[in-house]
Amino acid sequence: MIALENLSVAIRGTPILRNVDLTLAPGQITGLVGESGSGKSMTALAIMGLLPRGAVAGGAVRLDGQNLLTTPESALCRIRGNRIGMIFQEPMTALNPLMTIGDQVAEVLRIHHRMSREAARARARDRLDRVGLPGPRFPLTLYPHELSGGQRQRVAIALAIAEAPDLLIADEPTTALDVTTQAQILDLLRDLVREAGMSLLLITHDLAVVAGIADQVAVMREGELVENGETEALFRNQQHPYTRALFAASRHVPARVTAQADDTPILSVRDAVREYVLARRTTFGPHEVLRAVDGVSFDIQDGESVGLVGESGCGKSTLTRAILGLDPLQGGEIRLDGEAVGPGGAMPAALRAKVQVVFQDPFGSFDPRWRVDRLLAEPFHLTGRPRNWRERVAEALSEVGIDPSAARRHIHEFSGGQRQRLAIARALIIRPRLIVLDEAVSALDVQVRAQVLDLLADLRRSHGMAYLFISHDLGVVRGVTDRVLVMDRGGIVEQGPTERVMGQPAHATTRRLMAAMPEIPADWSVV
Amino acid sequence: MLPYLARRMISLALSLLVASLVIFLLVEMVPGDPATFMLGTGAQPETLAALRAQLGLDQPLPVRYASWLLQILSGDLGQSFTYKTPVTGMILDRMQVSLPLALMALALAVLIAFPIGLFAAARRGEAGDTAIMSVTQIGIALPNFWFAMLLVLLFAVRLRWLPAGGFGGWDAPGAALRSLLLPAVALALPQAAILARVLRSALIETMDQDYIRTARAKGLSRGKTLRRHALRNALIPVLTIMGMQFSFLLAGAIIIENVFYLPGLGRMIFQAINQRDLIVVQSAVLVLVAAVIAVTFLVDLAYAAVDPRLRTR
Amino acid sequence: MRWTLILGGILAGLAMLAAALSFLWTPHDVGQMAVASKLQPLSGTYWLGTDHFGRDILSMVMVGARTSIAVAVVAVGIGMGFGVPLGLLAAAGRGGWVDEVIMRGNDLIFAFPSLVIAILITAAFGPSAVNAIIAIGIFNIPVFARVTRGAAMPIWTLDYIRAAQVAGKGRLRISLEHILPNTLNLLIVQGTIQFSLGILAEAGLSYVGLGAQPPTPSWGRMLAEAQTFVTIAPHVAIIPGLCIFATVLGLNLLGDGLRDALDPRLKVMQA
Repeated sequence: MIALENLSVAIRGTPILRNVDLTLAPGQITGLVGESGSGKSMTALAIMGLLPRGAVAGGAVRLDGQNLLTTPESALCRIRGNRIGMIFQEPMTALNPLMTIGDQVAEVLRIHHRMSREAARARARDRLDRVGLPGPRFPLTLYPHELSGGQRQRVAIALAIAEAPDLLIADEPTTALDVTTQAQILDLLRDLVREAGMSLLLITHDLAVVAGIADQVAVMREGELVENGETEALFRNQQHPYTRALFAASRHVPARVTAQADDTPILSVRDAVREYVLARRTTFGPHEVLRAVDGVSFDIQDGESVGLVGESGCGKSTLTRAILGLDPLQGGEIRLDGEAVGPGGAMPAALRAKVQVVFQDPFGSFDPRWRVDRLLAEPFHLTGRPRNWRERVAEALSEVGIDPSAARRHIHEFSGGQRQRLAIARALIIRPRLIVLDEAVSALDVQVRAQVLDLLADLRRSHGMAYLFISHDLGVVRGVTDRVLVMDRGGIVEQGPTERVMGQPAHATTRRLMAAMPEIPADWSVV
Repeated sequence: MLPYLARRMISLALSLLVASLVIFLLVEMVPGDPATFMLGTGAQPETLAALRAQLGLDQPLPVRYASWLLQILSGDLGQSFTYKTPVTGMILDRMQVSLPLALMALALAVLIAFPIGLFAAARRGEAGDTAIMSVTQIGIALPNFWFAMLLVLLFAVRLRWLPAGGFGGWDAPGAALRSLLLPAVALALPQAAILARVLRSALIETMDQDYIRTARAKGLSRGKTLRRHALRNALIPVLTIMGMQFSFLLAGAIIIENVFYLPGLGRMIFQAINQRDLIVVQSAVLVLVAAVIAVTFLVDLAYAAVDPRLRTR
Repeated sequence: MRWTLILGGILAGLAMLAAALSFLWTPHDVGQMAVASKLQPLSGTYWLGTDHFGRDILSMVMVGARTSIAVAVVAVGIGMGFGVPLGLLAAAGRGGWVDEVIMRGNDLIFAFPSLVIAILITAAFGPSAVNAIIAIGIFNIPVFARVTRGAAMPIWTLDYIRAAQVAGKGRLRISLEHILPNTLNLLIVQGTIQFSLGILAEAGLSYVGLGAQPPTPSWGRMLAEAQTFVTIAPHVAIIPGLCIFATVLGLNLLGDGLRDALDPRLKVMQA
């Protein structure tokens, strides 16, 4: 049994964790939730004894009474991987790229026991079978790059549970994965806990994930636990105002906006085909062709908000690039307000000005060397920069709720949420008829996400532009779109009014996506 | 594995071909005529013409290039204008000094750099790391031929432990090795300093990767994580630098041979330049370039051995 | 770690200062030979002693700094002037034939160590400081092309580049407006390092007689001439070597300090 007693961590004098008390009992799943920077990951690293340099921990982390904070490093090495295992968020980078998966699992066993290589390999085989990577299809000799993200996360789990630890810590284990893969990994984790009677500390920002799997929940804010208790009771009572705010924000649905359609659709996609030529398998063999978008057709009416959902690799990013006129099509056509869209100079500036885009990553979306006014004015390249461009920038800034005096600042001076507002202001400034929102709220914390969704709804109400809302998060799409397109393997498999598609999904892909979507039970809300 | 290496091989063979053309054309641009140079300005026009025909100098440029290329492929680099002996033999003779020297220097550089780089990376930010990094800064800034002179002053002139220069041939291997020791040290130390810094920064960068955290979570100590997981991953940038260093060592050897009066490729090239023995210059440069390209290919082979992602691509 | 910046600045600054001062004043005339006062030790009249022709070493070292710095600056200029645009072009056309041609061209030049280029050029056109500049400059081109391309590639995948494309900007304009400014820090640091390597290379070439020719004083040739007398008058060989060493060390420290000050994550090509 693991108990955190009064755990505090400070890095160079700055407190990161304050007086955290938490008990992790055998066979129990504990959900640790909070927004980014709240100290969730630091809690995990403190338990593992892997705090970054310069961090000082106080209080105690007790493993069967022994305080791990005062245990010497050599003894900690015998505990890590043996009695406490851990998996991380990024499956793509969590495994050593130069070592076979078999050796990586076997290494854990050989660290903690004197064991022959063959015996360790046999045990590794057994562990990989257990996490759903059966022998014939997944030999021990595979390298990580030969596996998908979900499969790599399974390998990471296999090596974390290889020694059947008392505690498994999973730090955002499914955040980088698709909904369907997420559901499978969560099921696997739950089964492992139930079977082996180990304790699981599941760290996540997603309340819905916790609601579906955890026995107890702890809510963290700014390094402190504001509330913790049995899952359903905590969700029903929500004693702390922060828990209530978090809960409300995660279910937030902006007020409906009604669209006024006219006769020409703003966007019309007909039988679009986009192919990539892949590298040759053999030196003189033929080039293989990957058809990423395969005969897609749909319309978006003026002022309409349309969702595009699908798993990663379904072709939605490729389709988006074609719609934005960045890549050519190999078949079919895309028309924007009746005129053909194409890459480079083929598309006149006036046409290009009718569509703008907001990207996912609030950090990569802006040139770090430019000031806000120049960044926001960049789309004027399409229309010619008006004489009063500074006023237009100020106006766009106030429209997205940022003080116009920010115009002379650099992008690093803004938070993630503010950057996303600036990205919206940049898209808005030339008054496009269609804005493509490419996972535009996926990287934001729930409370900020709720505010940005409200802003988007308000802007659509006041300016009447159409949205193409691309997301892997079905919950968000459900709240903000009129119509939804479901994409799978390059094609659109189902489309229709959002409520109907999500309420009574007809296609297998849609049903799979809906079933995998983690949800907080509807009757758990506070009255 | 094959496609990657096959592609590299084709690309490097093309490089070598273009390099040979560049060398050929540059030497062609040299004012003056080898035949005149060989016979002196007072030679009879008929004798001159006969010699030119014999050397193939009366042929058009592309023909001469093609025949030179064919000749090289058969292992014949032509005749020295000055010594009237086959250039192939001269170069092979000189290589017996230059190649062991470059290899000794590379081995020394690696032997010094790896322990130092590993030590500094393991103690990143601590006093030992800072001290080592300061020493390597000094090593990088040392001009190797000046450093060579200082070594001679100390070990040959003052202490009389090692010879100050010259080379007696491999018939007395002990003496030969002693003659090459100071030149090799002079070449190796600055390169070792560079290599140690590259290794350290590659290791430090690797230690920040997610899979290192995974390895620590398995229960490996910091030191074992460094040796078992970080080192192999850090090897890729280090191999690149080692490949480049070999070409620097070959070129550096040309200069160092002059400090120690070693009868290597470098001394031969300078003598040939002074004697305007262009065929020797041309051939020696081609051999040097071929050596650099061959090393590049060895580095590619090493990449493929280290990184499974290259093997399947 | 700011001490690297300060110490580096002082050492490199001293070399520049000596070079600049030599245009106005040197303690003695560098051309003035006085065989009577040859190989003198350090003294009040000759602060750093005299060489085998009785020339004042301090004056020669000051004028020699001029040669070293001029050769290195122009060579770095050639490397940047050709290498940076080529690197930007290769990155803008990444994966395409332009990229392929530029990178293979780079590989080709990399197969010729700068000394080998110098040997070829000298064999063809005779030795001179200009040929040394060309040789070092040519070798710098692929270095800068590679560094620029390497820095530009990850920038091309960022969303702000896509935003610029959606704003209708072409590859050339994006290269100039977004890519170049964001690679500048790296180029400054690499420039410092290539500058120091240029000084080393010039010294090496002059030492073997492929660089600056008499009577132009040069650190490398001073060393070559001193070699014969190194046992009688070690200072004649030690002083020019120390000058090269101190200048190169200063520039390397400056590069390191600049990298730490500008962005610790910058990736610079060593060697």
